[in-house]
Amino acid sequence: MDQPLATSPLTQYLRHLEAGELAYQFSPAQGVAVFFPRAVSPYGDALEWRVSKGLGTVYATTWIPVRDAAPYNVALIDMDEGFRLMSSVRSVPADQIRIGDRVRVRIVHAEGEPPYPVFERLHPVQGAGGAA
Amino acid sequence: MTALPNRRGSVAIVGAAECDLGLVAEGMSALDLMAQATVRALDDCGLGLRDVDGVFAVAAQTRMATTGLCEYLKIHPRHHDITYMGGSSYMTLVAHAQAAIEAGLCETAVITYASTQRSSGRNIVAPREHNPYETPLRPVLPASAYALAASRHMHLYGTTREQLAEVAVAARKWALLNPAAWEKEPLSVGQVLGSRMVSYPLTVRDCCLVTDGGGAIVLVSAARARDLKKKPAYVLGVGEWLSHLSISNMPELTLTGARQSGQAAYAMAGLTPGEMDVVELYDAFTINTILFLEDLGFCPKGDGGRFVMDGAIAPGGALPVNTNGGGLSFCHPGQYGLHLLIEATRQLRGECGARQVKGCESAIAHGNGGVLSSQSTVILGTDALL
Repeated sequence: MDQPLATSPLTQYLRHLEAGELAYQFSPAQGVAVFFPRAVSPYGDALEWRVSKGLGTVYATTWIPVRDAAPYNVALIDMDEGFRLMSSVRSVPADQIRIGDRVRVRIVHAEGEPPYPVFERLHPVQGAGGAA
Repeated sequence: MTALPNRRGSVAIVGAAECDLGLVAEGMSALDLMAQATVRALDDCGLGLRDVDGVFAVAAQTRMATTGLCEYLKIHPRHHDITYMGGSSYMTLVAHAQAAIEAGLCETAVITYASTQRSSGRNIVAPREHNPYETPLRPVLPASAYALAASRHMHLYGTTREQLAEVAVAARKWALLNPAAWEKEPLSVGQVLGSRMVSYPLTVRDCCLVTDGGGAIVLVSAARARDLKKKPAYVLGVGEWLSHLSISNMPELTLTGARQSGQAAYAMAGLTPGEMDVVELYDAFTINTILFLEDLGFCPKGDGGRFVMDGAIAPGGALPVNTNGGGLSFCHPGQYGLHLLIEATRQLRGECGARQVKGCESAIAHGNGGVLSSQSTVILGTDALL
């Protein structure tokens, strides 16, 4: 008989974030990272949890205007371990983020809300310049 | 995945009609509009409600669309289908209706959709689902997902905001030839660029309209189609591809499943992109038209921005695209796929007046669902192509 899962993938992910870690799953059979966290592997094996070193590259980027305030960034980040997630680059004005920028994760944990990962830019992509 | 048997031309669209569009009377429900479209589409082909034995319906604001529509029309069809993929559902429902008619599960299929998203408010009609891995970052969905795709296209291929704007300008020119279109004024590239930013690089004018609307089409076997009032639009090819749900999970944002869905549809139809007389592509955002022109084989990957310059897809240009004015300027009731099929059918019949493409014998109608999530293609043709 199958044992019920004691902890959901989302809860496990959030617990890692609360500990300051960006965690993901890894498929030993395929040798690839898996994200978003899942209850079952798409590859027929047992997924392992791992903690990311927190370094990645901006894959796609946009910014959203806010009335009477600065715009905010929404980006897709390709982590060095081979998984992608939606996040926000926060250390630079939102319209200056470029595809290829190298970024490092920082966990945001506001009172009464679940934690989530954002990023700081380490250095801009080489050869970047010009207006948004 | 096994290939479908070749059933090219086995069924045809014989009736097509829209419900009220734009901003409908206060208190109209999605079911009011779907029923209205259904009755109009049946009148269009001279069939009646008692003939309908296959109901294919999808709606965002009423989850049991088929059950609700059958209650409204007081019918009990022996076959029904509510395959929900967003805007691409209607092309998929054409494929399903074709299979059902061929299998003898029904003889007269109606496909319908409607929404009152303008009258009722978009957040009521189609509230965004919470995604714990995306929602905290506050993307403006769906626009931000398409903006992210546009950022990749600009980065990889040098596509410019001006080229995206040309898509909107071309759609507006077609809309000005369509008396039913929501937009009535000309539009310039400068106006597109200068409009309110929604999610960079997409301004309001890079995004589809938010209107009420919907429609219905009627399909029967090719043999029955020949006896009905209007020139049939035969279903020559169908194809589809489920790619991802959320934009974070799209493998490469510039490569859509339209490649796969288009290849399957062209193969079944035995036709090539160069043989499409009119092209109806799901333009929820300006980047869509560029991506689908590439992925459906009208230009090489990465060339879509250059392709749409200088009026190439506008009236009088090299390729007639979105001849009703598109989701960008004609109508967009949240899910737009049926309107593409209706326009393609009307072009094949020669009913399009000032926007009629001369000698139109073939049409491709391509539907997109979610955030480039699902792609579904239908190729239609007149009996000249059978």
